[in-house]
This record gives sequence, structure tokens and C-alpha cells, in this order.
Amino acid sequence: MPRFRQILRGLYTGQYLEWIFVLPSLALLLLFALPIVALIWRAGVDGLFPYITQPGAISALRLSLWTSALSVCITVITGTPLAFVLAQRKFNGKNWLELIVDLPVVLPPSVAGIALLIAFGRQGVFGAWLRAWGITLPFTSAAVVMAQTFVSAPLFVRAARIGFAEIDPQLHEAAYVEGSNEWQLFRHIILPLAGRAMLSGAVLAWTRALGEFGATILFAGNMEGVTETMPLAIYLGFEQSLDIALALSFVLVAVTFLLLLLIRWLDNSKIWRI
Amino acid sequence: MKRIFPLLLLFALFGSACSPAVTATPGRASAPPAAEAATSAPTPTPAPRTLTVYAAASLTDAFDEIGRAFEASHPGVTVQFSFAGSQTLRAQIEQGAPVDIFASANTKEMDTLVGEHKVDSNAPQIFLTNRLVVILPANNPAGISSLQDLARPGTKIVLAAASVPAGSYALQVLDNLNAQYGSDFKTRVLANVVSSETDVKQVVAKVQLGEADAGIVYISDSVAAPGLQKIIIPADANVIARYPIAAVAGSANSALAQLFIAYVLSADGQATLQKWGFTSVSQ
Repeated sequence: MPRFRQILRGLYTGQYLEWIFVLPSLALLLLFALPIVALIWRAGVDGLFPYITQPGAISALRLSLWTSALSVCITVITGTPLAFVLAQRKFNGKNWLELIVDLPVVLPPSVAGIALLIAFGRQGVFGAWLRAWGITLPFTSAAVVMAQTFVSAPLFVRAARIGFAEIDPQLHEAAYVEGSNEWQLFRHIILPLAGRAMLSGAVLAWTRALGEFGATILFAGNMEGVTETMPLAIYLGFEQSLDIALALSFVLVAVTFLLLLLIRWLDNSKIWRI
Repeated sequence: MKRIFPLLLLFALFGSACSPAVTATPGRASAPPAAEAATSAPTPTPAPRTLTVYAAASLTDAFDEIGRAFEASHPGVTVQFSFAGSQTLRAQIEQGAPVDIFASANTKEMDTLVGEHKVDSNAPQIFLTNRLVVILPANNPAGISSLQDLARPGTKIVLAAASVPAGSYALQVLDNLNAQYGSDFKTRVLANVVSSETDVKQVVAKVQLGEADAGIVYISDSVAAPGLQKIIIPADANVIARYPIAAVAGSANSALAQLFIAYVLSADGQATLQKWGFTSVSQ
């Protein structure tokens, strides 16, 4: 009986409560970690790393890297002003704007792919208009970049918006009083203060762009060297040669892992201290 | 109203997020036969059973109809289909997918499974044949009027990937056409290919949407998509795709699986397949 009372007191003081946190967390962590560990293990044990140097794998890796990098550049150039406006200005219809920005995050990529095709495809709603300019998008690398930007840019805009919103408005006033213009304010006050949020948002968007599959295969199709990115090569590899798919998956895990490490390092780094 | 809207949207999103999960649960999946059993309560019905059939994407329409007919004549049975490229289905069966029947668009994928003892060596039966055809969007944007036009530079052609049965048959057809149109015909056509799709129905979709100028698919696909224009591939250059069907080894419903295969091979089953543009093996 004293033992029981001890347990009760332990529960009350949180001594045993620990396990209520530890066990479920462990289950979820295993779900995350085991498939990744299995993937790396199989790739290593079966000696699949040489498959990475196959021509198809190399071209998929190269395509994935340059399209996702370009997608992130477009995202930062167009997403920074948008995030700034959303964070700092009040105007009619802002809620609607925020909804539009958040929508791609929750949409299934397949819906994104069909929507892009229906909008910008050759027979799409804006297709004839694009054709007048001599532009056809489906089955091109440009379509890959568009699909990636569509699904990944909102992640950057969200992160940057939060970063911008945290800046004390009094700093703006002080800067204006000191006679700085908009650009100087942005360059010397806002960028240093929100830079961390922007960078981690950009890296997050990059990882998402690297992993983009559903919208790409529907909107851009699948062609080696043109639209066959790593995730597409992995999907097709699964049914052609599991070895190549495993090797490519390993590369994608490694690249994504490095990018996530970069986010952590940026978050903790002292370079943001002014 | 302005305040209610985000709430409504939230509900809509929540609903859309949850619905696939709900249909994926076994309880919901087995609901239709249970309801069926309840309505026909007076007559004793056998326990609900689900037959899982993995079938080549080209069989989508025909097997949907055959499945419904089989369910009607076998109360309590639900036929669940998974349609994809035969090579995808073969890979999934290799990885241990719980399947009762596999119907492939070529003998290669079936033979692979026989070699791996996933299918008994004497089980596969050819149940239909199919041929290829060139399809064009309804408005024929590239103005294609003959097979030779496929080699015209700038034509956007979509094929199934070489690993997909329809894709490898298409490559064979192009090889055969080299004899008629010159030895570089295949190379010139392949230079126009803008996408290698993961199954034949994706090729049909891209042509239907008008994104591609032409695609090479099965005759049965052109029957399922009647709005498209067609260019016939002459018999001497065409290939005969033979579709094998077999019960998968270790199936928990092997007796039921044999009944389904017998129905596919029966006069009724073959008539349905013919209706969808396939060639019956009994002819």
C-alpha cells in the first residue's frame, strides 16, 4: 500500500509522468527513423553507391539541383516583397491574399499539377495567350521550376512574414526620423533582423522543391535530362531497377539532411548578432 | 459573414484532409457488402469477402465492368481493383502486396513473377490480345494525317516509358515501321518524344488534354476515349500484345480467384472485353 501511495505521489510530482511523454515520442521517432535507417542500410549493404554514377542518375541529380536552385531564387526575389507587405502593411483584402499564399501548402501536389496544366497548358485557360508569345510550358524544364515554386514558395513567404512581423515598428520610425529611405531601411534594419527567418525559410523551400513529385509529373511530364527530376527517377526506378531507386533515394536523403543541418546551424549561428 | 468564412474554409479543408483517410480504413471499405447483406437479410448470404485484383492500366474500363458483373452474380463479394502500369504492379507484388489476381499487359512481368515463385508456373492464361494505334487530340493541332508525320520535327509525341508494356510495344512498332519509312524513322520519332509516362492511361490523358500532338496507345484505349482521332497502324507493322492473368501464389481467396478468372475467360467476360476494344482469345 505504501508503494501504491508512492506511485501516486510520483505521478503527482511528475516522476512517472515522464513515460507518458517518452513512450509515444519514441513510437513516432521510430516511425520517422526506421525507414531512413533501412534505406541507408540496404543501399550500403548491397553496395549500391556505384549506381549513383549511372548516366540517368547523374542527369536526374543535375536537373533536380539546378531547377530547385532556380526555383528558390525566384521564390526569394518575388516572395520577399510579398512577405514584407503581408507583415507590415494593413489593407483591404489582405486576408484573401494570405489565403492564396497558404493554399499551395495544404493542396495535394496532384491538384497543383492538374491546376497548373489547366491554367498554363497548351489548351489551358491561359494557354492560347502564352502561345501568342511563343511560349509552351508543359514538358519543359520551365514547367518543372514552376511546379516546384508553386509548392515550395509559400513555405518561404510564411517564414519571412513571421520574421518581418517580429521587427518593432518603432525601429522603422526611428530610421525614418534619421532620414533613411525605404531601401536603406530594408537593407540596414529589416534584412539583418529578419535574415535568419528568411534564410531558414529559403532552405526549407529548397528541400520541398527538391522533393516535388506529383505536380511535376502531371504538369511537366517525364523526360530524362529535361523533366525527369530525382523523385521521378526514383519512382520509375522502383519498377525498373530497385537498385538505382535505392541509390538515388539515398542521395536525396543525404542532400536533404545536409540542407536541414544548414537550417539548424543558421538558427543557432552567431552571425545574426549585431 | 466575413468572420464565418474562414471557419467554413477550415471545415472544408478539414473535410478534404480527412476523407481519404476515412475511405482507407478497412471498416469503411467493407461497408458496401455489409449494407448489401442487410437489405437482403431474409436469404442467408455468405460472409463478405474481398477479392483484390491488380490489373494493367489499359484494363481499367473493361475490368470495372467485369468486376461489377462478378459482384452481382456472387453476393457478398467485393472486387477491389488496383490499376497501374503492369511493371508497377509487378514491383508491388514482389514487395509483398496482398494480391489475389494479377492481370498483366505483357508476358514479361508475369514471367518475372513465375520465376520468383510469386505465381505458379502453370497458372498464367492468355485471356485477350490487344494492338496499338496512334491517337491525336480531337482538333489535331499538329495536322497529322499519316504515320510518317510523326517524324516531322516539332511534333510533340507522348509515349509510355520503355519499362511500361505499352511503351515497349510502341518501340517495337517504331522498329517495324523503319522497314517502310527508312532506317532513321524511329530515331526521328523518338527525337519528338516530350514525355515518357508511367502508364498508358497517362498517355491518353495528355493527348486528350491536347498537351501532346500524338500518342501511341492500345486500340482498347481509343475505344475508351472516343473523342480522339486515330491513325491505324497496319497489321504487318503492328504488334500483338498478349495479356496473361493468374492467381497469385499464397492468395487467401484462391478458390474465389479461380472463379473470377473463369468468368473473365467465359463468353460473358470475353464479350465485355470485346466491347472495350480488346480481341477475344476465343476467336
